[in-house]
Amino acid sequence: MSEAFGFIVSALSLGSMYALMALGLVLIYGILKLVNFAYGELIMVAGYTLYLLNGSPLPWLVMGFCAILAAIVASVLTEYIAFRPIRDKSLTAMLITSFAVSTLFQNAALLLISPRSRVVPLPDIFSQSIAVGNVLIQMRDIMAVVVTFVLLGALTLLLNRTVLGIALRAAADNMRMTRMLGVPANLLISMAFAISGLLAGTVALFWLGRTASVTPGIGLEPLIVAFVATVLGGLNSLVGAVVGGYVLALMTVGINTFLPQDLVDYRQAFTFALVILVLLFRPEGLISSKIGTGNRP
Amino acid sequence: MNTGSFHSLRGSLPTAALLLVILGIIYTATEIIGSPVLGQFVIRMYIYLILVVGLQIFMGNSNILWFPHVAFMGIGAYVSSICSMEPFQKSISLTSLYPILADIHLPFLPALLVGALAAAIVAAILGLPLMRLSDFPVVITSFALLIILHVVMTNWHSLTNGPQTFFGVDQFTDLKTAAIWAAIVVVVACVFRESKVGLQLRASRDDSISAGAIGIDLIKVRWIALVLSAFIAGLGGGLFAHFITSFTPKAFFLTETFVILAMLVIGGPATVSGAVIGTILVTVIYQSLRWVENTLNIHQVFSGNVAGLTDTGLSLILIAMLILRPGGFLERRELSPGVPAAWLTRKRPAGASLTPQVSATQEQELK
Repeated sequence: MSEAFGFIVSALSLGSMYALMALGLVLIYGILKLVNFAYGELIMVAGYTLYLLNGSPLPWLVMGFCAILAAIVASVLTEYIAFRPIRDKSLTAMLITSFAVSTLFQNAALLLISPRSRVVPLPDIFSQSIAVGNVLIQMRDIMAVVVTFVLLGALTLLLNRTVLGIALRAAADNMRMTRMLGVPANLLISMAFAISGLLAGTVALFWLGRTASVTPGIGLEPLIVAFVATVLGGLNSLVGAVVGGYVLALMTVGINTFLPQDLVDYRQAFTFALVILVLLFRPEGLISSKIGTGNRP
Repeated sequence: MNTGSFHSLRGSLPTAALLLVILGIIYTATEIIGSPVLGQFVIRMYIYLILVVGLQIFMGNSNILWFPHVAFMGIGAYVSSICSMEPFQKSISLTSLYPILADIHLPFLPALLVGALAAAIVAAILGLPLMRLSDFPVVITSFALLIILHVVMTNWHSLTNGPQTFFGVDQFTDLKTAAIWAAIVVVVACVFRESKVGLQLRASRDDSISAGAIGIDLIKVRWIALVLSAFIAGLGGGLFAHFITSFTPKAFFLTETFVILAMLVIGGPATVSGAVIGTILVTVIYQSLRWVENTLNIHQVFSGNVAGLTDTGLSLILIAMLILRPGGFLERRELSPGVPAAWLTRKRPAGASLTPQVSATQEQELK
């Protein structure tokens, strides 16, 4: 009984991180049709911000906010410098740009900081755990779930009740029409990248919490996770992205728990084979409920 | 041989000839100078050239962002090395190799071709279902395919020695071999671009609906290009393996993908000349940056080791290029002896194909 509870908590906490990552990716994809390969590097940026602030007299909460802020700034700047100039020219060029930006971030970290992993400061509460029955539950798992729920709630309010949110949803549905109705496209896209950065920065705190260290290549795994969750959940649906995140986490925890060890090495290959199969039979993703209504162009 | 293929031969001849002259000049100059360092550098450039031109055949003509290319290169590298390695060396390098494969010992050329064929077969099987996708699904599935092949290469200990170094490959690739293969691949790519399938593929790249309406089988033409492109990737992998002699699966992953993509995109993915010029240009820049990095490290200019300078530089150049000229240096027109004259008189050269014009009018419409 309590083992099942532990299973659920770890799937939920992993799923929360996956869901936020997928959400940030889908938000950008919906508006720009851009698969942002540089998205995982936002986690790296947040991680190195924490590392650089290590030893400063600031309380950890302030450092955490700085890290999230750094991810937001990196996200918005990337859009402003790299994506905006070629946005209207070619989609393939924009994809390659995002791949180049990802490489740039990773190698800049190699060059300016170090190829080796660096320790990031974490609050004490991250290493504490509470006992439920005979199972230890990590406090940071609970915090990840709570923070995610709060963020998702806030985002739902934003998207449903504010002008910005409605404009974002409209743009995801039909960007050209939204522009014609007088919504400033540049501002809207910047806001989307800012929200995407906020989500990645928040995930970063919990992602780094697992190993307490950051490396230049740390962004690849969360990026892959976001891809898979996005595909599972449906590419055009924000709700789908969240659902996809949780489903993927459930699968991952399940595989780790039940699959024999020598097959676990191939886990990534299995998940990706699944992704390809899903995309072959349902190119719109498993859940294709749309954010808005109507057809896309 | 029908008239179509004769036409494709004639149409591609001036470009191919000009590119061969460029490659020939580089080869002759390297032979005359005779410096081993330069020789290594040029061999590396020819191998990159084979890979990039191979990628151009599929990605350039179909406009699909294609990631698994270097994984096919990896298949070629591993398979050709296993085929060409002496049985005694295999017992040292690959302790858990399957007994059936342990006694195989082919000369270099057949081994190279078997490696290329293996890559082509894998691409033919895995790629076929992907060919009907587009947009987001094709980007993700092609990225997924790269990851899958990388995971398999990293974990198939019996064949690849797992994540550890695969060593003991004989160094068969010399300057002449690399140059000859590069020349062959360039000619193949030029002929393919002007061939019936190549024209159909480019037509469907520029307007898939119209292409479908005139009866072009999109999946088939994409698939043919993919298989050819993977065969060349496998060939490049085999040459790479027999040049570098020891490698890990990491040599066939994201870093290498990035370098090859950068070469193609900076040069111009839509043209073979673009792929060639891009490769030469980027190899020179890349190796110069690497030289700077090594020099800094040898002389201990900074306290720690400098790493990542090469790729930082290359990604900055690539981003700048994409902003300024997203189509690359040679965006639409192939280099050919007639081109400068055509630019002056503003007429299409006789050898030019129909598709560039189609895409030009389309672009005007879009604006």
